[in-house]
Amino acid sequence: MSMTMSQKILAAHAGLDSVVPGQLIEADLDLVLGNDITSPVAIKAMESMEKQGVFDKNKIALVMDHFIPNKDIKSAEHCKCVREFARRFDVTHYYDVGEMGIEHALVPEKGLIAAGELCIGADSHTCTYGALGAFSTGVGSTDMAAGMATGKAWFKVPEAIRVNVTGRKAPYVTGKDVILHLIGLIGVDGALYRSLEFTGDGIAELSMDDRFTIANMAIEAGAKNGIFPVDDLTLAYLDEHAGRHGSIYEADPDAVYASEVTIDLAALKPTVSFPHLPSNTRTIDTCGEVTVDQAVIGSCTNGRIGDLRAAAEVLKGRHVKKGVRCIIIPATQAIYLQAMEEGLLKIFIEAGAVVSTPTCGPCLGGYMGILAAGEKCISTTNRNFIGRMGDVTSEVYLASPYVAAASAVTGYICSPEELK
Amino acid sequence: MKANGAVFKYGDNIDTDVIIPARYLNSSDPAELATHCMEDIDKTFTARVKAGDIIVGCKNFGCGSSREHAPIAIKAAGVSCVIAETFARIFYRNSINIGLPIVECPEAAREIKDGDRVEVDFDSGVIRDLTTGRSFKAQPFPPFMQKIINCGGLMNYVNSAE
Repeated sequence: MSMTMSQKILAAHAGLDSVVPGQLIEADLDLVLGNDITSPVAIKAMESMEKQGVFDKNKIALVMDHFIPNKDIKSAEHCKCVREFARRFDVTHYYDVGEMGIEHALVPEKGLIAAGELCIGADSHTCTYGALGAFSTGVGSTDMAAGMATGKAWFKVPEAIRVNVTGRKAPYVTGKDVILHLIGLIGVDGALYRSLEFTGDGIAELSMDDRFTIANMAIEAGAKNGIFPVDDLTLAYLDEHAGRHGSIYEADPDAVYASEVTIDLAALKPTVSFPHLPSNTRTIDTCGEVTVDQAVIGSCTNGRIGDLRAAAEVLKGRHVKKGVRCIIIPATQAIYLQAMEEGLLKIFIEAGAVVSTPTCGPCLGGYMGILAAGEKCISTTNRNFIGRMGDVTSEVYLASPYVAAASAVTGYICSPEELK
Repeated sequence: MKANGAVFKYGDNIDTDVIIPARYLNSSDPAELATHCMEDIDKTFTARVKAGDIIVGCKNFGCGSSREHAPIAIKAAGVSCVIAETFARIFYRNSINIGLPIVECPEAAREIKDGDRVEVDFDSGVIRDLTTGRSFKAQPFPPFMQKIINCGGLMNYVNSAE
């Protein structure tokens, strides 16, 4: 029975030779992840269990990242709850202030996941690790609790959509433009219950940071997971960060797909998602004049070093438009440090931007850049739903770090090409 | 088991950010979350909702964040059932796991109007619009999920398996 890449990983973790779409399986987990918002609910659920404890203290990652450093007393109580849980069960991969980063940048950086592994996380953007050829998917707190206790989770085996990536990118086209274009094409429920399996010679054009960005937003098309084949770039990343490759799976040549989509990188332009859905995309040349009050560059989608380099390339020797707030958030401490060593932070501060400690902060309207009524923000984050970053009448426009930085300079949504 | 209540009807892609905005996620107390349920899309929801009422959405209900706070807020607000054309998959799992009954039925989701009185029979999968007299048949849960629901949620299911 031929299988997709995702199906092969699920079959292997369920101890089965093969699986078919729709089949319900119970699978062994390599990693269970939670953050400061979802973990307290999971910990509370675990209290109702007869057997106390975690299945493997080395296979759980608890990352305090959403409202940390704590924005208020209630957030501090949540982190305290998780901190005490981590101490009580001696959880190895607990990350708090000083060590933490945004979870989906931190987990691969710390080498907690490798190719062919199976991960669930109580955060919808857990699908990010598909960039490394892993099967990873978002779940809720109760699934996380059951996963932490038993090391297992149930799955319905998904069908897949094959995304064939071809061609070569133009300047200022990034992984963000690839995924926004795809979501615009298939819609926010275009991949509901399905895998997005990326393939094709265009993948060699995409950096690891590009691939993380693309896999990260698979959920924004409703997908269960997004996954990339493992190539030399993946192996080099895993050598550097994980010290292991994991297991390398490839889809069978005769694997059956629910549908196929082709993306020609050469045809892509910088792309922007207008309010209030990620699928509401326009290419940069059709955006019209949208003035912005704020630009946010960061998040689990676009807070990696490649993203910061792109922003710095635009902001170097330029200044943020008077009246625009530009907020830059390196996703992890290591990225922050590297940005400092490369002189990127100096470029940002001289340009009139602020640089924050790692946090999810404004992406979900937590803190560190909340929007007032009627304000508009160009943002490298992943969602532009109503009220996502603040007041219900505020607006979020999603784009790449290139576009966000250029828009911060001009005060309206534009491509870096306009600054030349 | 049956649900019976007045319908609050919403459109496509009702996301978890409007079901429970992240600015309230510094709490995980169901009663407190319930006081902000649907706030960013329907400011009158919490004032009008009565125990047993039913939410009807269209396509991709519950898309976005994995926050279990979303079905928790809906359940704690007194809602007895959510009917939609389709559900986002994490919301679907979460609802089953915490014991919020949800029913996928495209025809019912399209035809039922805001304010209608609706009865849902979970055993037979029959949805009756008592206002219009129309009946709809929903897809039954697969046996595996029925088992989780019968146990009263995933944690009880895991306990019973041990």
